[in-house]
Amino acid sequence: MRPGELIASDRGARPAAAGDLALARAVLERVMDPEVPVVSVVDLGIVREIDWRDGHLHLVVTPTYSGCPATELIESEIGAALKQAGFAAPRLERRLDPAWTTDWISERGRERLRAYGIAPPHGSASKRSLLGESPQVHCPQCGSAHTELLSQFGSTACKALYRCRDCLEPFDYFKCI
Amino acid sequence: MNPQNDLSEYLLRLADSALVQGQRLCEWCGRAPALEEEMALMNVGLDLVGQARNWYEYAAELLADGRDADRLAYRRDERAYRNLLLVEQPNGDYAVTMAKQFLYDVWHFHTLAALTGSADARVTGIAAKALKEVTYHLRRSAEWVQRLGDGTEESHRRMVAAVRELWRFTVELVHADQVEERLHRAGIAPNPEELATAWRAKVADVFSSAGLAMPEPASHFYLSGKRGLHTEHLGLLLAEMQFLQRAYPDATW
Repeated sequence: MRPGELIASDRGARPAAAGDLALARAVLERVMDPEVPVVSVVDLGIVREIDWRDGHLHLVVTPTYSGCPATELIESEIGAALKQAGFAAPRLERRLDPAWTTDWISERGRERLRAYGIAPPHGSASKRSLLGESPQVHCPQCGSAHTELLSQFGSTACKALYRCRDCLEPFDYFKCI
Repeated sequence: MNPQNDLSEYLLRLADSALVQGQRLCEWCGRAPALEEEMALMNVGLDLVGQARNWYEYAAELLADGRDADRLAYRRDERAYRNLLLVEQPNGDYAVTMAKQFLYDVWHFHTLAALTGSADARVTGIAAKALKEVTYHLRRSAEWVQRLGDGTEESHRRMVAAVRELWRFTVELVHADQVEERLHRAGIAPNPEELATAWRAKVADVFSSAGLAMPEPASHFYLSGKRGLHTEHLGLLLAEMQFLQRAYPDATW
């Protein structure tokens, strides 16, 4: 954060800190990933902590990929949504460690990915799934397990490109990482 | 040199190699042989540029001379760059591009894996994140080396030529200098010579399945990316990559 950015304190912007955190969480559940606009930053698992420190709402956000071009956009959208909800000067801390993993995507997030046409990550991001054979990926359109990998890298860094051999639709698969 | 100077020097090496490799990949933008390849090349490039930024940001904090990550990337001259000679080599045909990616990925994977055990917590955090991404890079480039090496007569011929062209630059991947030796003693970074066995084993394994002969270890020559002594190709790459920030310093968009 640059000096001068935190000129206003949001102490007192809301009556009770406990209520504030619940409100903050509710606000964040409406901030969507710009690349996958059905999954919120909470369901994506990138909001690691929501806290009240020194009169400010304090968030810890963990980026998904080192080079994810949406990182700054997501942070600015989080900041804007919180300010709009009455948190005058929320503080965002970007934390790399521990590294984000698809294991942190919530069940609801996985369901929404599927409904959106993206196969959710299969299994846990253990070393085996990173290094091992291709996972069993089900087509998000027809549910078939008869699918094939077209490319390890899809429309964004977090996705691989698959094709269903039954309904013949190509689709994105959210890679385990 | 104190350990902090060594570490910032080492971080610049990691950052510069990732950035230059990422920049080379991005030169394929709009020219890749297939749409899926275009996406993959840009994805890998983006990962590497992001990793470079993470290393630069930490290096900038240690250097504490007022330069930030962008300044380190866009305002240093060729002689100040510390990337491996391998990654600055031109893309050539697809065999050269993928052979270069593969030789770098194997080194990168083992280096990052070792760095996840670093005594420096910031290094550990950045390395652990990057390692997940590089695991995918390595899988893909190894598959391409196999596909081209074990493909048609033409693809095999080109992959053999690519390995012959690039092999001499692998020497600095597996030999340590004093910076690395001191950081290794401090428990901060691996000694490349200790990773050399794993590097050679993986390269030999993939070459063997690709029908490629494993060359003899490369011999030393006077150039060294780690010391800022580069081939003629880096200057041209930087001229293009740094043009905007040189022409319009501190431009933002």
